[in-house]
Amino acid sequence: MKVNGVVHPTPADPRRLLSDHLRHDLGLTGTHVGCEHGVCGCCTVLLDGAPVRSCLLLAVQAEGHEVTTIEGLASDAAPLHPVQQAFHECHGLQCGFCTPGFVMSVVGLLEQHPNPTPEQIDEGIAGNLCRCTGYASIRRAVHRAAELSKVPSPVRGAFSESEHPRASAQGESEGEGLKPV
Amino acid sequence: MTTRWFGARVQRVEDDRLLRGYGRFTDDIDEGALESCLVRSPYAHARIRSIDVTAARAMPGVIAVYTAAELPFGQTDLPILIPHPNLTHGRTQRCLASEVVRYVGEAVAFVVAESRGLAEDAAEMVEVDYERLPVVITPESAARAEHLVHDDVPGNVAAEMIQEAGAVQAALAASPRRKRLHFRFERGAACPMEARAVWARWSTSERRLTVYDSTQSPTSIRGGLAVLFGLPESSVEVIAPDVGGGFGPKIMLFYPDELLVPFAAMQLGRPVKWTEDRQEHFTAVNQERGQVHEVEVGFDDEGKLLALDVDFVHDAGAYTPYGIILPIITAGQVPGPYRVPNYRVRFRDVYTNATPTSPYRGAGRPHACFVMERTLDAIAAELGLDRAEVRRRNLIQPDQFPYEVGVAWQDGNAVVYDSGNYPVLLEKALANLGPRPVGDHVGMGLGMYVEGTGVGPYEGAHVQVLVSGKVVAATGIPSQGQAHATVWAQIVADELGVDVADVEVTGGDTRRFPWGVGTFASRGAVTAGNAMAVAAGMVAEKARQIAADHLEVDPADLELVGGKVQVKGSPDRGIALAAVAVLANPVRYAFGGGTEAATQFTARPRPGPPLHEGEQPGLEATGYYSPPASTWAAGCHACYVRVDPQTFRLEILRYVVVHDCGRVINPLVVEGQIEGGVAQGIGGAFYERLHYDSEGQLRNASFMEFLMPYATEIPAIEIDHIETPSPLNPLGVKGAGEAGVIPVGAVLASAIEEAMGVPITEMPLSPLKLFEYFTSPPSGEGGSR
Repeated sequence: MKVNGVVHPTPADPRRLLSDHLRHDLGLTGTHVGCEHGVCGCCTVLLDGAPVRSCLLLAVQAEGHEVTTIEGLASDAAPLHPVQQAFHECHGLQCGFCTPGFVMSVVGLLEQHPNPTPEQIDEGIAGNLCRCTGYASIRRAVHRAAELSKVPSPVRGAFSESEHPRASAQGESEGEGLKPV
Repeated sequence: MTTRWFGARVQRVEDDRLLRGYGRFTDDIDEGALESCLVRSPYAHARIRSIDVTAARAMPGVIAVYTAAELPFGQTDLPILIPHPNLTHGRTQRCLASEVVRYVGEAVAFVVAESRGLAEDAAEMVEVDYERLPVVITPESAARAEHLVHDDVPGNVAAEMIQEAGAVQAALAASPRRKRLHFRFERGAACPMEARAVWARWSTSERRLTVYDSTQSPTSIRGGLAVLFGLPESSVEVIAPDVGGGFGPKIMLFYPDELLVPFAAMQLGRPVKWTEDRQEHFTAVNQERGQVHEVEVGFDDEGKLLALDVDFVHDAGAYTPYGIILPIITAGQVPGPYRVPNYRVRFRDVYTNATPTSPYRGAGRPHACFVMERTLDAIAAELGLDRAEVRRRNLIQPDQFPYEVGVAWQDGNAVVYDSGNYPVLLEKALANLGPRPVGDHVGMGLGMYVEGTGVGPYEGAHVQVLVSGKVVAATGIPSQGQAHATVWAQIVADELGVDVADVEVTGGDTRRFPWGVGTFASRGAVTAGNAMAVAAGMVAEKARQIAADHLEVDPADLELVGGKVQVKGSPDRGIALAAVAVLANPVRYAFGGGTEAATQFTARPRPGPPLHEGEQPGLEATGYYSPPASTWAAGCHACYVRVDPQTFRLEILRYVVVHDCGRVINPLVVEGQIEGGVAQGIGGAFYERLHYDSEGQLRNASFMEFLMPYATEIPAIEIDHIETPSPLNPLGVKGAGEAGVIPVGAVLASAIEEAMGVPITEMPLSPLKLFEYFTSPPSGEGGSR
């Protein structure tokens, strides 16, 4: 499987969850595990561009697929991805535990709805639980992320098009969300 | 001190790494650690006949299996954290149960293996022979002593306490009107998104124990581990790294794993970790909220309170590790912002066969607020008065502070409100709420509260200016999302005249700051915030002294601004703070960073030894703040709701909060605390219910069935502030952490009662509960729990 643009061997242990594989085998601990039964959304990653719960997938099921985790949104030296930037500006996180899952869900949401209505926002984040913020600031962050995503700005320069894992691997419409709309 | 940062909407400095996925939570730490799993009791009350771990020990990958018999502290009762003279029958569990289990989830054995999966496999092979005993599950049945949770605790009563201010019986007898009311609050759960986790490493060569713990109190954990293992505290370091939400239960100590993981790491010579899964979190982690109140109130025809008599039972759960703090808080907070001339409160803290209770955000206050606000609504209904008007007539007035309630507070002092302006809170909330939406089944809810915050005993801080000019600051208390790294930096930056971005804060790491208490009870801003100001103020004073010597001016003529110490009003006559940091440490050997300026052959500004008597090297200081008493925040919430008469779905049409936590350090952060608190309150009032059956089994121990609200259930919250600074601390701040949650149950009950026309006397509600209310009025104990 390809994770954040890098090919990794699939783990031998057939009962290894994708979430545990990412965290404990690959050291990508930004993907968090909050319930292990697919309700809280903390473990959300993109599988071939679409948000999925990595605690409900076995790692072997991701073989041949492309996984993007929170670490893959913006390289270390680059500015934050527009969704990350918007969460920062709007105080859309407190403890930060649910945050990577929310960010990945919102990346998926904005790909589907670049100009989301309030109802689409609520529905788009209704698969993620947050116990700190009361969601108000997260809603504001989604609005702000939609604004930031419309403007070609330095914040979207995390990866050049050719090196962005999703753009390079797919060359299809899934990569669109990270380009100027 | 300038006020450039204090009060500003400073964006958080801790966000970047959390947003990039570089947060560091306890389970993120691995370093080749063995993994572990606890074997927990499946029964709410049972005698252990035998435990057989033979098969488990033989399982592949298993390194060790521990029962109480293998623990040197196996027969030691865990500590009562806050002893109290009225806690006559305090009981705590042992690390691992070997004789009797008293709640589902109580730990019995501990398995360490090469992986969590192997540990879980082996845990299933541990054979425990249980003889089941009768179960006591509701506080009412506990109070009736139908069965005993502890053989040696008569009547299941751990503690009883009676307090009286005034003469309640006489005042009731003389009251023109009297009313009896019954209120019931069920258990609730904090459910932080990160469950608990512990990681430990023992260095044999250094004889040093390092523990990462998702705790709200690493300093207390360190003290306890040092005592338990006979180590000097300096050989034990406890770090609360990023903690994924706390809300109270992460300050219980000790959970068994907090002893077992370090113990196993020392025994086995390898790092050991334990990470709780969500299902075990539901029963292994402390809960709160269960109380049953009998109230008698006396009032006059104008709706003025004359006497209040409250008798309540608090559900302790199976043990009382946290003492009786919760019922003490409830007892102290029932009167709220109102003048109650005669108040008596009695509580009994009773044992049940359920998970122990300890503070969860609000910590006894939501119940107190519910009792008072529901009582005022009942008075308004009886007299046909507007609910706001009844409150208006009873509010403590701004000229009545400090106001003494006449009962005890959780810090051992009396309840004395330090400052406030309650009438303004009420009027602003009503104004902000606006006109009632049109339509049927719409109700207006209103609730006011006070919140005792900032309890002691103390917190401390260390602040140091590095030779680079950057500043590091540390305190003992950890953050679970409250933006400590930002707000402490704001306070320090103002004292030192530097940019917030130049202040790096560490919290909850005993290596950086070993003293302190913890993050709980809305106390961080008051205690650690003022400690930061004290320590940074000491550093500023030291910087002025050193710079004054260097510039040959009077220290009183100097100010710290823009990263410099300069003559007031003369920016060209100054010295960089970085250079002052160099001069603060006279050196023989320059080590770069400009330190050659402090070597022995450079010109010295004054005669005598490089360090004068009483001076210490380094531009640093350690300061403490110990509050003389609690500061009392307050607020008013109001809302409009609509209840669907067919499905009993709740729609919150508008929700407004007016809040007073004294001087606000960072409005962005305070608003986040309030929004999150209100959401947690809504969850606890209408969605989340711990469904215990009569056998003491929690039937909904998953997020599939314990319904925490998503964004779709939480409305926008409109927030307004007033500021009545606390006279008790230099910064004038009060706590804000629990304000959002306290009145929500009372406010929603008030609104739903009006919308549906049925009296609401219990929490939590749900569509099903409303249906039951509507079809058959409440009968008291209600439901299976």
